[in-house]
Amino acid sequence: MIEARDLTKSFGGKVAVDHLSFVVQPGRVTGFLGPNGAGKSTTMRLILGLDHPDSGNATIDGQRYADLVNPLRTVGALLEAKSVHTGRSARNHLLFLAQTQGLPASRVDAMLDLVGLRDVANRRAGSFSLGMSQRLGVAAALLGDPRILLLDEPVNGLDPEGVLWIRNLMKHLASQGKTVMVSSHLMNEMAVTADHLIVIGRGRLLANASTEEVIARQSSQTVRVRTPDADRLTALIAAEGGRVVPTANGNGDGNGSGDHAPVLTVSGMRAARVGEIAASAQIVLHELTPQLGTLEDAFLELTAGSLEFGHLGTELPGESASPGPATAGSATQPTTGSAR
Amino acid sequence: MSATPVTSYSAADTGQPAQGRRAGFGRDMLAEWTKIRSVRSTLWTLIIAVVVIIGFTALISWVVVANWNGPHAAARDARAISDPTSIIYGVAIYLGQLAIAVLGVLVVTTEYSTGVIRASLLAVPRRYTMLAAKVLVFTLLMLVLAEIMAFGSFFVGGAILHSHVSVSLSDHDVLRATFGAGLYLVAFGLFALAIGVLIRHTAGAISIAVGVAFVLPILAGLLPDTSFFNHLNAYLPVQAGSQVYLVRPEGAPLLSSWQGLGVLCIYVVVLLGIGAYLFDRRDA
Repeated sequence: MIEARDLTKSFGGKVAVDHLSFVVQPGRVTGFLGPNGAGKSTTMRLILGLDHPDSGNATIDGQRYADLVNPLRTVGALLEAKSVHTGRSARNHLLFLAQTQGLPASRVDAMLDLVGLRDVANRRAGSFSLGMSQRLGVAAALLGDPRILLLDEPVNGLDPEGVLWIRNLMKHLASQGKTVMVSSHLMNEMAVTADHLIVIGRGRLLANASTEEVIARQSSQTVRVRTPDADRLTALIAAEGGRVVPTANGNGDGNGSGDHAPVLTVSGMRAARVGEIAASAQIVLHELTPQLGTLEDAFLELTAGSLEFGHLGTELPGESASPGPATAGSATQPTTGSAR
Repeated sequence: MSATPVTSYSAADTGQPAQGRRAGFGRDMLAEWTKIRSVRSTLWTLIIAVVVIIGFTALISWVVVANWNGPHAAARDARAISDPTSIIYGVAIYLGQLAIAVLGVLVVTTEYSTGVIRASLLAVPRRYTMLAAKVLVFTLLMLVLAEIMAFGSFFVGGAILHSHVSVSLSDHDVLRATFGAGLYLVAFGLFALAIGVLIRHTAGAISIAVGVAFVLPILAGLLPDTSFFNHLNAYLPVQAGSQVYLVRPEGAPLLSSWQGLGVLCIYVVVLLGIGAYLFDRRDA
C-alpha cells in the first residue's frame, strides 16, 4: 500500500505537487493520470525518496522509502527518466543492484530471461533501443520480487507488442495481490489497464475512483438513436428539453446492416426517456444506444483548466504531447477506450 | 526481440534469502566495486595511466642518464645527484594526479550524467551510507594503483639512474616519500571526488580539480614574499600535500611531510562532509 499525505513540492517557487493525498491499494492496477507537467513524475519521485517534499510525506506500507530494509525487495520502480549507465552492460547494471539487496547473481539471469535480454546482457546499455532499455528497466523493477510497483510512463515509446507485454505484466502482478501504480498520459491505455484511477492536474487531486466511475461521472453522456422518422422525433425530444444533433449516417454503419435511416445523437436525456417518447408517438426506432463516453472525454473534462501549457492551438507545433482537441472527437464512437 | 511469455515473476525458485536481514555495508561496497569495475572507460583508463606513467618515468630517467654531464654541468644533473627522487616522482605526481582526479570526479558525476544515480539511490536510499561505500571503495582501489605507480616509478627510475646516482628505499626519507607519493595521489583523488559530489557536472568538477592542482600553484608563486602569503601558499591543498613526497623540500617548509598531508586530508574531509550533507539534502 502506498500512502501520500498532503504531499507538497515546488521547484523554484513553481508548485509541482500541491497538497496531494491518496492511497494506492494492493490487488489492482491503479492508473495515475494527468496532463504533462501535472506532477506525476514528481509525485513518484517523492514517494521513492529521490526528491524531498516541502511538506507532507509518503509512506510504503507505513514506512518512509528511506527507512526500508532492502528497498528493492519491497518496491520496484521504473522511472521515466533513464537510470542506467550507458557504458555498463545490462547484466552488470542488474548485478550491482542485486548486490545491494543481497540477491544472488542467479536472480539477475532469471530477470534477463524474463524480459528477453539474455542475448544482449553483456552489451553496453547505451547501445540499447528504447524498447530494450524499457525492458531493462522492468527487469530492474522486478529484480527483488517486490510487492509494490511504481511504473512511470512504462509504455512510452514501446511498439504494440511491448505495450501488450507491459499491460499483461501489470495485470498479472496486480492479480497476485501486488500494489501496482502506473502513471500515464495515454487515456486509452489506462482505460484497458487500470482498475482504479487517480487523476491529478497542476499537482492537485482531481479524481480518485474506479475507472468505470470516472468515465460514468462525466456529464457528456449521449444517446444514439436511429430512426426513419427523424424529424418528428427531433421535435418531440426538443419539446422536452433534450438536444438533438443529426449524426452522419454511417451508410450501413460498417456492420452490414445496410440501414440508411438517419442517426441522431441526443444529449440531455436518458435513453429510457427517448424510448418512451418514441413509443408514445409510435415512432419506429432501429437503434437506441446509450453512449458511454471514453476515458479520454472524462479526462479532458476533469483536467479542463488545469493543463500545464494551456490547450493546444492549431498553430502550435506538435511538440507538446498534451492531449489535444484532435483526440477529443471520438466521443460518439464506442472506441476501444470505453470501459463498459 | 521476441515477446517473452509471462511465466513467473516470483523469486521463490531462485533461492532468495528471507527478507528482513539488515542490508550490510559490505554489500554496498561490493556494489560500488561492481560499478567501478564494470565501466571500462574509467577503470581501464587508470590502469593504462599507471603503465604509461611508469613508462614516462623510465623515459625521463633515461634522458637524464643519456645526457649526463657530471656534477658540475647542468643544473638538472645537480638536482639528480642531490635529490634523485625529484626526477623519479615528477612524472608520477604530475600525470598521476591528473588521471586519478579525473577518475575521482567521474565515479560521481557519471552517475548524474547517465541518471544511474536514481537506480543507485533506489537500491541504497541511505545516502550517507552509499557515499561512504563509494568513498571507501575508491580509496582502497586508488591506494593499490597509486602505490603501484609510486613504487613502480621508484624502482624503474632508480634502476635507470643507478649508473650515475644511487638511490635506495633505505636512504633517509626515501621510503616515506615513495609511500607518501602514493598517499598524496589518493588524497588528491578524494579531493577531486568531493568536488564531483559538490558540483555534480563532469566538466565543471574536472576544471576545478585541475585548477587546484596546476593553476593554483602558479598563481600562488606570483604572490609577494611576505610571511602572510607564504603561510597562505603553504596551506593550499596541493602545496601542503606535496610535502609528503619531497625528500629535500626547497627552503625551510612551514609544514612537515606529515603535517602537509594532514592539511590536504583536512581539505578532503571538510569538502566530503559538505558534499555528503548536500548529497543527502538535494533532490536526485
